[in-house]
Amino acid sequence: MSNVELQHNQAGLVQINRKKRWRTNASWKRFKKNKLAVFGAIVLITLLIVSVLAPILAPHNPYESTKGELGLFDVLAPPSGEHLLGTDSLGRDMLSRIIYGGRVSLTVAFVAVMIATFTGVLLGVVAGYYGKWVDTVIMRITDVVICFPVLFLAITVATILKPSLFNVIIIIGLVSWTTMTRLVRGEVLRLREMEYIEATKAMGQSDFIIIIKHILPNIMAPIIVQGTLQTAEAILTESALSFLGVGVQQPIPSWGNMLNEATSIMVLQFKPWVWMPAGFAILLTILCINFVGDGLRDALDPKEKN
Amino acid sequence: MPEKLLQVEALKKWFPIEGDGLLSKNQNIVKAVDDISFYIEKGETLGLVGESGCGKSTAGRVILRLIEATEGRIIIENEDIRALSSKKLKKKRKDMQIVFQDPYASLNPRLKVGQILEEPMSIHINISKKERKERVKQIMADVGLNAAYIDRYPHEFSGGQRQRIGIARALAVNPKLIIMDEPVSALDVSVQAQVLNLIQDLQAKYKLTYLFITHNLSVVKHISNRIAVMYLGKIVEISERDEFFENPKHPYSQALLSAIPKPDPKLKRQRVILNGDIPSPVNPPEGCRFHTRCPYVMDICKSVQPELKDAGNNHFVACHLESVITRKEE
Repeated sequence: MSNVELQHNQAGLVQINRKKRWRTNASWKRFKKNKLAVFGAIVLITLLIVSVLAPILAPHNPYESTKGELGLFDVLAPPSGEHLLGTDSLGRDMLSRIIYGGRVSLTVAFVAVMIATFTGVLLGVVAGYYGKWVDTVIMRITDVVICFPVLFLAITVATILKPSLFNVIIIIGLVSWTTMTRLVRGEVLRLREMEYIEATKAMGQSDFIIIIKHILPNIMAPIIVQGTLQTAEAILTESALSFLGVGVQQPIPSWGNMLNEATSIMVLQFKPWVWMPAGFAILLTILCINFVGDGLRDALDPKEKN
Repeated sequence: MPEKLLQVEALKKWFPIEGDGLLSKNQNIVKAVDDISFYIEKGETLGLVGESGCGKSTAGRVILRLIEATEGRIIIENEDIRALSSKKLKKKRKDMQIVFQDPYASLNPRLKVGQILEEPMSIHINISKKERKERVKQIMADVGLNAAYIDRYPHEFSGGQRQRIGIARALAVNPKLIIMDEPVSALDVSVQAQVLNLIQDLQAKYKLTYLFITHNLSVVKHISNRIAVMYLGKIVEISERDEFFENPKHPYSQALLSAIPKPDPKLKRQRVILNGDIPSPVNPPEGCRFHTRCPYVMDICKSVQPELKDAGNNHFVACHLESVITRKEE
């Protein structure tokens, strides 16, 4: 027996390096095959770079109204060489505001999703792992939060807390953890019954280590996918809140509050450059995030074959 | 008389299953393990046999307190496992380990073999990282794995190799008792023999005591010193191995034994064919659990539950018939 196995071993040794990162490679390969996901990833990375480099890339100060030839503010000017996307109702450069607005919108979305993911994963793991009454209590709370109409709740809270950048982040974080909780709880319920978890329990391993070392790494894939898709939703919520005037406040630009200009029928009908770029920015970002999310979901699914 | 390592007394595990309606009060109870008692001596292997769903795996898990028992005592070296505080239990876990059936589900796919084997050591044995690595390599060699594989992930191994890793993990803390929960059922027949031999070699080398749970009588014949047969949560027969195979007393055991295929086509077999299916453990039959399928059923079987009775030769049977039954096959 040992002879046969030894030969087998030596043959196997040669393969070690090649097979080592097998899992990651296969996922990456699957992701690359999905053209839409790759397109989305490229656009998103570009957006991120532009947001980070905003002070360098923006042609004008987004807070400053520009003056025209006559010394008057250049209000609602159509696109020109000077202002590539025109100016808004206060004469501020649209392109610069879009660039800075992306910075704000993306930050809000990312931080809010981080809060939501942390809360969601924590509650989901606790509910799924400990079960019994802990599970019941957490899941009923989750049900209650799900039942609240998000926008209505957000508007109410925003009015009480006073609208500000920080509060928008908190509000979105507070209402969007529920999906993650449910997802994580389900995954933990499934994993909890796995024999390798039982084996670590039989070793006398502490619950904390079991969760950190054995459960979390094995549910990372769905968490990443859900987190990605949640980001799109957070951007939408932020835009909606800002559009309604209870989110990010002027003069700080965000894609949502830039859309607010479209509430004027005159702007909506005759000055499309004032609201269309912001709308397109939101559309493009969400579309790309969803592409990437779908791509990740397929790529990280171990059941999927190449 | 050799020392008893594990003693199980009147162990019960009942699972309540909730009724359908929100307000329905009538709870059904699955009596997965219902009042079983047995002991294992140091260094011996007790084979626990039974068809699927008879509660043998539950029994194994209850003994390790992976599932809390409903009633009964589990005594390992004069310590009642059920009475231990969680802190003491954690220490005690060093002495009792388990090997699982499914070599694919029993290893964390994200950890390397080295990490898997180091984990139990890091909990129970206070040694430096370097010593731990040495020990991992040594245990890998013990179970017939090339120590060069230490940085490989479980998915890079075959089923048999994975089961070896599972055994190595159980061995890592020098346990006294290992519960083998169908350790070879998921493996190819050729690999089964290798792993069984490994399990036996390790027992001799480390003076291990096994509770070997399986549904495979040939495996049990190969590996056990004594055999216990379970049917619907109860032990119906418990005996020395040779005595059991030569002179099975319980009608259920006789039926099981007659079902073992024999490698001689000319040999005429008289099979005891059982009628019907194993009854549901939710509402097990009154009296002897086996009476619905027993070929020798009497009136008393339908009302009185037979106790395990000594039939001589360290052979215990739970049957009202015991004295009447002789082996039919010869």
